[in-house]
Amino acid sequence: MAPRIGVVTFPGSLDDHDALRAVRVAGAEAVALWHGSDSLDGVDAVVLPGGFSYGDYLRCGAIARFAPVMDEVVRAAGEGMPVLGICNGFQILCEAHLLPGALIRNDVRTFVCRDQGLRVESTDTTWTSRFEVGQQIEIVLKNGEGGFVADAETLARLEGEGRVVFRYTGGNPNGSMNDIAGICNERGNVVGLMPHPEHNVDPLTGPTLDGRPIFESVLDFLAARV
Amino acid sequence: MARVVVDVMPKPEILDPQGKAVTGALGRLGFSGLAVRQGKRFEIEVDGEVTPDTLADIERAAETLLANTVIETYDVRVETEVAGTVDEAAPTAQGGTDHPGHDVDHLNEETGA
Repeated sequence: MAPRIGVVTFPGSLDDHDALRAVRVAGAEAVALWHGSDSLDGVDAVVLPGGFSYGDYLRCGAIARFAPVMDEVVRAAGEGMPVLGICNGFQILCEAHLLPGALIRNDVRTFVCRDQGLRVESTDTTWTSRFEVGQQIEIVLKNGEGGFVADAETLARLEGEGRVVFRYTGGNPNGSMNDIAGICNERGNVVGLMPHPEHNVDPLTGPTLDGRPIFESVLDFLAARV
Repeated sequence: MARVVVDVMPKPEILDPQGKAVTGALGRLGFSGLAVRQGKRFEIEVDGEVTPDTLADIERAAETLLANTVIETYDVRVETEVAGTVDEAAPTAQGGTDHPGHDVDHLNEETGA
């Protein structure tokens, strides 16, 4: 039986359907989850998709972080379930303290939408094992608040523990400290990134298929676990 | 009905692109020498009197939701009506661990009462 990967829809989520599709393209069963539910419906992994949950009111992800389903996401993440936060999902993971730091408004003061070069810095996560360390990939980036910030101590720890997962190449698009595009938690089961791998899974709609390995990596992890 | 005000500001070391944009616009309008940092102000209406418990609750609300203390500081204070005008009492806390009471002397000084 194919692993079941859930995608949470919050009010204002935009990319939940693309994420569900990416999960199916990778060969898993895609399960739509609702922010107001207190159940993860027995899924094996969870994706928090991009968009503007709760209209980005207060701060990006600040209100979504208290959605009923998030209690279960936090609990499951603590037990080692793979959790991926894309863009707004990354912001939610930071607000929920599943990942350190925060995302602030782009230093360029504009919404940035482009095909973005990235370097894979860590393959030691449940979502990046199919990549090679140092691999150059290109994935669409689209956000207004993608500047990763953290205090010096946190930043040093992320770098020292190899928890920077993706780094921007070809120019820093948003002022992220250390060109950070994605990070993971200590255990490597929770990954957040600003670029949108779910948009790069089909030649019809993306210039690369570099998003696919993310969704395939987690299948390897789940297969090895069972 | 009493009012408690929570001000939330980006920490000094955190880049504030909104403040920079406002600063730039002010410069173009001829307001020279002004540097702006932009934050948020929350006006919270409280039923009845503001007690230490109320303030402690609001501190917790600020810490939990209103501010992200990774990148922001907050400041909780009681706003009191004095002789028909609304004036703000002294800050009750900075970044929120202690919450001393309403500083009447400071209030009087400001209103000239």
